[in-house]
Amino acid sequence: MSAARSVLSLSKILQPWTGLKGSTVSVMRPVMCTRREKSSYTVSVLLKGRDVLLVLGDLICLTDWGLHRFCCVPVDFEVVNVDSSLTSEDEINNAVTAIRRNGVALKGNIETNHNLPPSHKSRNNLLRTSLDLYANVMHCQTLPGVQTRHKDIDIIIIRENTEGEYSSLEHENVPGVVESLKIITRVNSLRIAEYAFRQAREKGRRRVTAVHKANIMKLGDGLFLQCCKEVAAGYPDITFDNMIVDNTTMQLVSKPQQFDVMVMPNLYGNVVSNVCAGLVGGPGLVPGANYGKDYAVFETATRNTGKSIANKNIANPTATLLASCLMLDHLGLHDYASMIRKAILRTLSETRLHTADLGGQGTTSEVVQSIMKEVQKGGPLTSEKI
Amino acid sequence: MSSMMILLVLKCLSQIIFYCICFAFQMQTVTIIPGDGIGPEISTSVIKIFEAAKVPIQWEERNVTAIKGPGGKWMIPPEAKESMDKSKIGLKGPLKTPIAAGHPSMNLLLRKTFDLYANVRPCVSIEGYKTPYTDVDLVTIRENTEGEYSGIEHVIVDGVVQSIKLITEEASRRIAEYAFEYARNNQRNSVTAVHKANIMRMSDGLFLRKCREVAENFKDVKFTEMYLDTVCLNMVQDPTQFDVLVMPNLYGDILSDLCAGLIGGLGVTPSGNIGANGVAIFESVHGTAPDIAGMDLANPTALLLSAVMMLRHMGLHGHAKKIETACFDTIRDKKVLTKDLGGNSKCSEFTAEICRRVQDLD
Repeated sequence: MSAARSVLSLSKILQPWTGLKGSTVSVMRPVMCTRREKSSYTVSVLLKGRDVLLVLGDLICLTDWGLHRFCCVPVDFEVVNVDSSLTSEDEINNAVTAIRRNGVALKGNIETNHNLPPSHKSRNNLLRTSLDLYANVMHCQTLPGVQTRHKDIDIIIIRENTEGEYSSLEHENVPGVVESLKIITRVNSLRIAEYAFRQAREKGRRRVTAVHKANIMKLGDGLFLQCCKEVAAGYPDITFDNMIVDNTTMQLVSKPQQFDVMVMPNLYGNVVSNVCAGLVGGPGLVPGANYGKDYAVFETATRNTGKSIANKNIANPTATLLASCLMLDHLGLHDYASMIRKAILRTLSETRLHTADLGGQGTTSEVVQSIMKEVQKGGPLTSEKI
Repeated sequence: MSSMMILLVLKCLSQIIFYCICFAFQMQTVTIIPGDGIGPEISTSVIKIFEAAKVPIQWEERNVTAIKGPGGKWMIPPEAKESMDKSKIGLKGPLKTPIAAGHPSMNLLLRKTFDLYANVRPCVSIEGYKTPYTDVDLVTIRENTEGEYSGIEHVIVDGVVQSIKLITEEASRRIAEYAFEYARNNQRNSVTAVHKANIMRMSDGLFLRKCREVAENFKDVKFTEMYLDTVCLNMVQDPTQFDVLVMPNLYGDILSDLCAGLIGGLGVTPSGNIGANGVAIFESVHGTAPDIAGMDLANPTALLLSAVMMLRHMGLHGHAKKIETACFDTIRDKKVLTKDLGGNSKCSEFTAEICRRVQDLD
């Protein structure tokens, strides 16, 4: 942990220095790996706090440290701090600029104090809408070695990420009467439906289910459903059906195996993804990805801050590490991604070293060490195949 | 002549005695709305079981269909409204809403007519009906009149729709007060407000503020707040951590069905709707199941447990306990179960078994 801290302080000193390409600030230099190829990618990493290196930040450092040391991944990380306690939006705007520059980011959740007035918007939401990260994708799979009530779950949840109930358009008409607007547009509904069906086809999935409440919200969810149906007509090889959101949650807790790919507006996506994450073992296991036309941001699927367990070395690093694997896949570094992923799964299932959330006794650093060992065991890729 | 007089006097006397007995035992009238599909047969089951348990209730059967009243407004039949206003307590089976009927759903009409502002669903694991979740014991209390279901939607321009979620101080305060009173009256330890105020700062923020204010008057009940997504995440991992949950309309809809799924589905989940002016309507929340209607295959458990909830609401705790125990014992025994519970018996057989147990418990 202290090694990571020293890397970060070193990085702060190096900050003004610009890299050879002149376009990005290279912050974390690989110290140990001499045979690494020149970095082709720079990734923005968003930490949550300013003074305290929170668990997520440490993990990212460790991941990076581990990756550089053992895997020699050609990725540089640019660290961007966002302090959730500040009221100015400067920091998040800087973060958005950094992501625009790099194109890809790895992110921790930024806490929103919901007791502050409405002018203080959710930083996470601001990030998503500024970068137009319209698709939130979460792949929920039963992981080997993890005890859960339900088995054989394999669901891809695709959630519209920019509009719906998260439009942050609210007003108080008269004191004591508040209206909150849920916006559904044809353009965004078609876009997310198109994304869902394309993903389903690319990944060889058979069925897409649209989740909605169109029996009550006839116009809003009705429009969403209509758009999904229109897009479905262009994919005759994929079965399309729909389910009302309350029935969906009921089915998820009794027979989750029936679902394949699910597409839905923002709020239902929030509910369904959290239910599914809980079904496969909890927030510490599932990675999430936010895709836009030009940018991609990777984070844990359930977007928890983990405030109560921060800095105690008990958090489960799996979700963040798997998110970084998704990032590597996105960058085209598939070999590195699958190597790290295999190591993570082996730690989960074979060594059975689990953190507290999975009922185990392992610490965060022990789990990461174990993953690094598995990567090393994995052999050649770590030093020869570069 | 004198014998006829004696007979007449005896008849009058017996009538007087009957009414005195009724008065002494406080026979309460309950409006029963059998509903559609399997509604009539499960209602009959409940009536039979109540008879076996000698519950001091007299039933007044009414039907609800949407009729157009003066001024063109859709309403429920006046006889139904009158009966409910007088009795204040109702038991309702499933009602069908034909698509494109031109009138709003019957459930919505009932809700509006009696201002049924609170939907209460106790979810308790049923021993003998195995689900992946054991020891579930929580209650969801859902605000039932506003929120996301206000029905106010507009097409702004072609391709852009806005749906309005309405949160008012009055409705939020009312539901919060009901939730805390329920917790107090039913010996529950804590009330958790479920919200998404990080995103919907003003609307859910208002709801949350009202809950906090009401909590001040109920210091004996613990009050916590939790994000909707965190509740969902934790609910499917460990539902035992939850007690009473209070929330606006949409979250309530989703969570109450989620919790019903934990204990076995809508076929075994009771539900009650509390209105202003003391009206309370208890109902089964499953569908009308037209494919098995009239075939004596239906499972009356949901309606029966709702009726038990109704008895508790009326203060008839002894009878409630007796019937509930008989029902759970029958399910636990697994000898006489309807098809959806994994057995082969008919609805009438299941009912008869519960009646037998009720009488044995006397």
